[in-house]
Amino acid sequence: MTFLALDVSYQRGEFDLEFLLHTDVPALALFGPSGAGKTTLAHVLAGLLTPQRGSIVLNGLTLFDAQAGINLPPQQRRIGYVFQDARLFPHLSVKNNLLYGRMWQPRGPSPLAFEDVVDLLDLAPLLDRYPPSLSGGEGQRVAIGRALMSEPRLLLLDEPLSALDEARKDEIIAYLKRLRLAALVPMITITHRREEVLLLADEVVFVDRGRCTGTQSTASFTTG
Amino acid sequence: MMTSLGHEDYQAIGLSLKIAGVASLASLPFAIATAYCLARFRFRGQMLLNVLVHLPLVLPPVVTGYVLLLLFGRQGPLGQMLEACCGIVLSFRWTGAALAAAIMAFPLMVRTIRVSFEQGDGRLEQAAASLGAPPVAIFFTITLPLAMSGLVSGLLIGFAKALGEFGATMTFVSNIPGQSRTIATSIYGYTQIPDGEEPALALAGISIAISVVALVLSELLMRRLNRHRKATP
Repeated sequence: MTFLALDVSYQRGEFDLEFLLHTDVPALALFGPSGAGKTTLAHVLAGLLTPQRGSIVLNGLTLFDAQAGINLPPQQRRIGYVFQDARLFPHLSVKNNLLYGRMWQPRGPSPLAFEDVVDLLDLAPLLDRYPPSLSGGEGQRVAIGRALMSEPRLLLLDEPLSALDEARKDEIIAYLKRLRLAALVPMITITHRREEVLLLADEVVFVDRGRCTGTQSTASFTTG
Repeated sequence: MMTSLGHEDYQAIGLSLKIAGVASLASLPFAIATAYCLARFRFRGQMLLNVLVHLPLVLPPVVTGYVLLLLFGRQGPLGQMLEACCGIVLSFRWTGAALAAAIMAFPLMVRTIRVSFEQGDGRLEQAAASLGAPPVAIFFTITLPLAMSGLVSGLLIGFAKALGEFGATMTFVSNIPGQSRTIATSIYGYTQIPDGEEPALALAGISIAISVVALVLSELLMRRLNRHRKATP
């Protein structure tokens, strides 16, 4: 089954994204130098930017189709976007940040219990705190938990380690490993670091100057 | 000092608080909507809206009051309409004083609130949208709470301006005890008559006291709002 079929053009000023990708693997890394257009692509995927042309189909659901006039707004795409800068809501406690996405989902049994997300990311000691008092690593964990709690069709991690110092990186890597092993939702990780590719993806998609320049399984990426 | 105040003066104090309270609270939703549109959207007629909102700030208050009289007086087109459809009479009533105060306070409220909407850059709203929140919910759960300190200062400045409004009020609704006689118009009245100094001074003192209390309250409220926000996001 096709996991993601994407064929889009997006132009803005000097920047030009012309991206074609077709893959069956639900654990991808978008790998490339900074400025290659990875974050733009993530925004297009999440519905935060609208491409001029093309279509995006995720797991059989059309998110965008310029010709058919389909453009699902971000809230209907249900893509759990973990932003580089976390973007936690400063006026809500960690607990309410985590529950924020759950408020807009239909009531009923959820595949992901609050307690499970809290356990997975060790968030219990943070629940009553407020985002401005969290360290970078703690904030990133909460951001991942918040995205998971919204029951996303896809978890989109944008440079999950970039805002952290070396000590914090090791801490987060341990949690990302757990997240990967739990295999709760499909994941796409945006990164320019090889270690993150190996950690979080089965297939690596090379991005350069707004183009997809090839794909490769992570196994062969290790040796190559 | 208080002994120099009579029944009408206490009435004027109560009326001033009522007019300023109603004027600032009732115009708050409109001020929020206007500030939000001006801060976050680009649309045709934005310049016109901006000019219209700021007009009472730059016009002589007497002119604003006179225009209100022409429009909302019993013979004015809007005044006749209001009276015919809802039985509301504004001219020479406290409601008219509240309208005049609200219009004079409006530009200051919009300016203050607008700044706090401009500080947000939409990144948190994007995050909320990706978590599934509909646009209206995003406004009420993210945008508005984050602008709360701006709303509090906007409300305070609106209340203060409404409390002190004189020119437009005097022109539109005159200085009628029990209806449109406020602290400000009373003080003016006392300065026009012999032996008026004592009550004028007493009312001035009360005016200062109200302003100080309002400032302290808003400061306390602001501290409470910011208790979790030692660092800005």
